[in-house]
Amino acid sequence: MTQSNTSAVDYNFDVVRQFTVMTVIWGIVGTLVGVLIAAQLIWPALNFDTPWLTYSRLRPLHTNAVIFAFGTSALFATSYYVVQRTCQARLFGGKLAAFTFWGWQAVIVAAVITLPLGYTSTKEYAELEWPIDILITIVWVAYAVVFFGTLIKRKVSHIYVANWFFGAFIIVIAVLHIGNSMVVPISAMKSYSIYSGAIDAMMQWWYGHNAVGFLLTAGFLGMMYYFVPKQAERPVYSYRLSIVHFWALISLYIWAGPHHLHYTALPDWVQTVGMTMSIVLFLPSWGGMINGIMTLSGAWHKLRHDPILRFLIVSLSFYGMSTFEGPMMAIKSVNALSHYTDWTVGHVHSGALGWVAMVSIGAMYHLIPVLFNQGRMYSIRLINIHFWIHTTGVVLYIVAMWISGVMQGLMWRAVNTDGTLTYSFVESLTASYPFYFIRFIGGVLIVAGFVLMAYNMFKTMGAKDGSLKPVEEV
Amino acid sequence: MDYGTLRGLVALLILALFIIIVLWSYSKKRKSSFDEVALSIFEEDLSLKKKTAQKNKARHLDTDSKQGTNNNV
Repeated sequence: MTQSNTSAVDYNFDVVRQFTVMTVIWGIVGTLVGVLIAAQLIWPALNFDTPWLTYSRLRPLHTNAVIFAFGTSALFATSYYVVQRTCQARLFGGKLAAFTFWGWQAVIVAAVITLPLGYTSTKEYAELEWPIDILITIVWVAYAVVFFGTLIKRKVSHIYVANWFFGAFIIVIAVLHIGNSMVVPISAMKSYSIYSGAIDAMMQWWYGHNAVGFLLTAGFLGMMYYFVPKQAERPVYSYRLSIVHFWALISLYIWAGPHHLHYTALPDWVQTVGMTMSIVLFLPSWGGMINGIMTLSGAWHKLRHDPILRFLIVSLSFYGMSTFEGPMMAIKSVNALSHYTDWTVGHVHSGALGWVAMVSIGAMYHLIPVLFNQGRMYSIRLINIHFWIHTTGVVLYIVAMWISGVMQGLMWRAVNTDGTLTYSFVESLTASYPFYFIRFIGGVLIVAGFVLMAYNMFKTMGAKDGSLKPVEEV
Repeated sequence: MDYGTLRGLVALLILALFIIIVLWSYSKKRKSSFDEVALSIFEEDLSLKKKTAQKNKARHLDTDSKQGTNNNV
């Protein structure tokens, strides 16, 4: 099973297999924790009066699990696969690649233990305490060495565009992580940021939004530029557009962070810069989305038969939707309504469940048969079912959060003629309950889809080599 | 030069750089090479398909000669 019959080059697919399997496992874990905390918002008793199970401790566990365990494992798997195939070279660094796998799993296990125990730096998406931050840095540098080392020893002259996006993602995440994690440790598990006040907040959202921009966007665009053309069996719509897309996207994203800090102590001009850059960002985002979707131009019929392609193309539709919504929400006057409400939560999940998860799931379904010497997944029908329950789950989730969010925003700002507030906070919370329930149902569907995916994956892995024949084109 | 002027110049520089990138990637001269790159991700699979096809054909002929069939075709 370790011998690949796809090429003359002896690729290192072991590490790709490991990350691929863990992507699916962490997908289940991460979304399951999400469903639990969604349920806690409706039935608070579900924390069982246990400190480790409180919402405040599980929420960072959920975000860390889906971003760094599920999403980043998917990125490790696909970047290691794509860089080898497009460079026609084995991964550089020998055992270093295996180190990145075990090191990264160690980071995740450390998160699973320390976050419920209440150890946190309190920085959103960077909650892990300083010893774990150091481990992340070491693993990440090893990742960069393996990835760029492979690029250097490539056997082809051009570096395919997917690698540009993966490369930018690896470099920028290193810079962000080191920049934002600068702390003064005062004990083994407690530290304070070296930045103070508004600067600390700006550092945090420079990190936070670029984790979105480079991990959850650039990295997954790298995935898109390889797996969409591969699955559609036709070259990307415009390679030239992909070059402009790359440079425009990476030069604009880095400025957008301040839109998380509208109407705060951050200087007004910085807020305006953040807002402006966020609006301009709409253009490269849609350029990339159109480039991906138009790859199918002239072959739309493939969507009818191929649920994997459907995952990939619908992920791009969600990407287009959330990158239209994002710039709009970054406008100060819109933000005045949307900020701190469920609208933000809905926006994040249309990006995370719609774009990131769906493009990853599509890529994994493409990858698993290749990695385990099969012509196709065990069951195409199950992929199709997964597609529909996942899509239904995402739509339920984001529609519920839109309604709840706009309602909250309107209720919080409503004032009586004498200037007093019309509604108390609790009234807005009570009004949100039905939508929290719809969100919970959406989440359950997402988890169910991941469980189906795991079943399909293990059946594919367990099947006799080459026994699953590819589906003939109709 | 005061800071404001410097910032203005940097902005112009970046704009110019962007325009250069667009012109560079959309120049007619480079179209064919970019088209090749876009197709490059299929190369390995195609050459492999060709190779297996040839191998199968060779094996087929080999078997044919051993079995002594098809000699009169």
